[in-house]
Amino acid sequence: MSDAVVLARGVGKVFGAGAARVEALTGIDLRIDQGEFISLIGPSGCGKSTLLRLIGDLLQPSTGELIVNGKEPRQARLDRDYGIVFQQATLLDWRTVRANVELPLEIMGVPKEERQARATEMLSLVQLQDFADHHPWQLSGGMQQRVAIARALSFRPALLLMDEPFGALDEMTRELMQQEVLRIWTETETTVVFVTHSIPEAVFLSTRVVVMSPRPGRISQVVDVPLPHPRDVDTRESDDYYRLITEVREALRRGEER
Amino acid sequence: MTDAPEVVSTASRRSPRVRRVVGFLGVLAVVVVAWELYKVVGEALGGVVPGTELRLRPPPNDRFMPHTWDVVLQLFQPVRRNGELTVLLLAKAAMFTLREALVGFVVGGVIGFGLGVAFVRSTLAERAFMPYVVASQTVPIIAIAPMVVVWGGQLDVPQWLSVAIIAAYLTFFPVTINTVRGLRSPAPTAVEMMRSYAATPSQVLWKLQVPAALPYIFTALKVSATASVIGAIVGELPAGFRDGLGRALLEFSQQFNVKKLMAAVLMSALAGILFVAAVTWFEHRLVAGDHRREG
Repeated sequence: MSDAVVLARGVGKVFGAGAARVEALTGIDLRIDQGEFISLIGPSGCGKSTLLRLIGDLLQPSTGELIVNGKEPRQARLDRDYGIVFQQATLLDWRTVRANVELPLEIMGVPKEERQARATEMLSLVQLQDFADHHPWQLSGGMQQRVAIARALSFRPALLLMDEPFGALDEMTRELMQQEVLRIWTETETTVVFVTHSIPEAVFLSTRVVVMSPRPGRISQVVDVPLPHPRDVDTRESDDYYRLITEVREALRRGEER
Repeated sequence: MTDAPEVVSTASRRSPRVRRVVGFLGVLAVVVVAWELYKVVGEALGGVVPGTELRLRPPPNDRFMPHTWDVVLQLFQPVRRNGELTVLLLAKAAMFTLREALVGFVVGGVIGFGLGVAFVRSTLAERAFMPYVVASQTVPIIAIAPMVVVWGGQLDVPQWLSVAIIAAYLTFFPVTINTVRGLRSPAPTAVEMMRSYAATPSQVLWKLQVPAALPYIFTALKVSATASVIGAIVGELPAGFRDGLGRALLEFSQQFNVKKLMAAVLMSALAGILFVAAVTWFEHRLVAGDHRREG
C-alpha cells in the first residue's frame, strides 16, 4: 500500500461566530495517496479552496484530524513539504523570472550555485529557459503561471497544491497548460491537489475527482477517473472522457439538490 | 498561445526628457509674462481697479513687484556695498541649509521607516502611537522649532543638529504613513506564498514587503525632501544662524527688499528642486520596473 500524503478525518472549518457563523466545511474524510492527481470541484462556497488552505496550513481546521505527509499540517509546512500555485501567478515584479523561481530556495538558505542550477532545471521543465532574464510583466498570463509552477516545484515538494491555477487564462492557453501540468506531474511524480470549477479540466487531469457541495461545504461524491495515461487530444475526444464528464456533472447536480 | 514577450521600448527615451525641459521653460515663460503684463497694465491704470477707487493688490510698482529681470540681475549684484555677490551669498546659504536638511531628511527617513515597520508588525503599537504621530504634525513647526533649539542648547547639542532635528520632524511623517501603506500592499496570496515557504517574519519583510513598498516610500521621500528644506529654513530662525537661507529670507523681508527676497526665494526653490531631483535619481535606480509604469 502506498503512503497517504493527505489524510483527513472528520475535518470541519467554521468561520466567524454568532450570527456571522459560517460552516465552510463539515465532516471531510479524504485520503490522498502518493502520486495521485486529485481535483476538488464544486460550486462557489463549497469549501474547495478552504480545504486546500487547510492542507497547506494557511488555515487551521476547527474540528477533526488532518495529516499531511505523515505530520501535522503546520509541521509539513515548516518542512516545506508542499508547493502552492494560486489563480494569480503572484510573481514578484522586481525580480526576473529566474530570481522568482529562486525565491523559495533563497528563503530556505540553499547555496547560490545550487539555486541557479535548480532554477535552470525548473525553467527547462516548464520550457521557459529562454525567458530566464525577463521580468514577469513581459510574459503572457500562461507563461507567468508556468513560472509560478516552476517556483512551486523548485524545492521538490512531495505535494503540489493548485488553487484554480488556470482560472484567469483563455480556453486555448488553458488546454495547453493542462497538458503541461500532466507532463510535469508525470516527470516529477509529485502528488497534486487541484482546485477547479471546470468539469472537463478536472476529468482530463485527475486520477480522482472529489465532488463537493455547499451549505455546509462537504464531499458529496468521489469519482474515479480510469482514463489511460498519457492523456492528450485523443483523450478529450474519447467516449470514456464524455461519460466521466457526465458522471461528474450529475454528481454535482445531486450535491446541489440534497 | 500568446507567448511573445512584449518588447519594452527604449527608442523614445530622449524625447520625453526634452519635452520635460520645454514644458518647464514654457511654464516659466508664462509666469514671467503674466507678472510683467500685470505690472504694465496695472501701472497704465494708475494702480487702481478701473471705475473704482480700489487699489490693486499687490501694487504693480517696482517696490512691491520688481521686474523679473531685476530679480535676476540682483543675483549678480553685491548684497550690500562692497559686499559679496547676492548669488554667492545665497548659494553658500543654500548649501548650508541643504546640509542641515539632508541630515534631517536621513534621520527623519530612518525614523519614519522604522515607525512604519513597527506599526505594520504590531497593531498595538500602531493604535498606541499613531494618534501621537498625527498630532505631532498638527502642531505648527514655528512652535516646535524654538523649543528644540532651546532644549538642544541646554543639552549642548550643536545648533546645526537642532536644526536638522527640526527638519527630521517634518520628514518622518510622510515616510511613516507611506511605509505602512506600502508594506501592506502585497496581495494576500503573496503573503500566503511566503508563509508556504515557512519564511521568517524578517524574510517576509525584506524579500516581499520592503521591495513592494519602495514605490510608496519614494513618493513619501519626495514630499519629505521639500519638507526637510522648509524645516531647516524655519529651524534656522530661532537658532539665529547667520549662514543659512532662513536668515537671508528673514533679513531681506525685514529690509523690505522684495528684489533680494525674490532672489532668495528663487534660491530656496532651486535647493528644493535639486533635492527632489536627487531622490528621483535614486528612485530610478532602486525601484525595478519603474520604467514600465512611467512608459
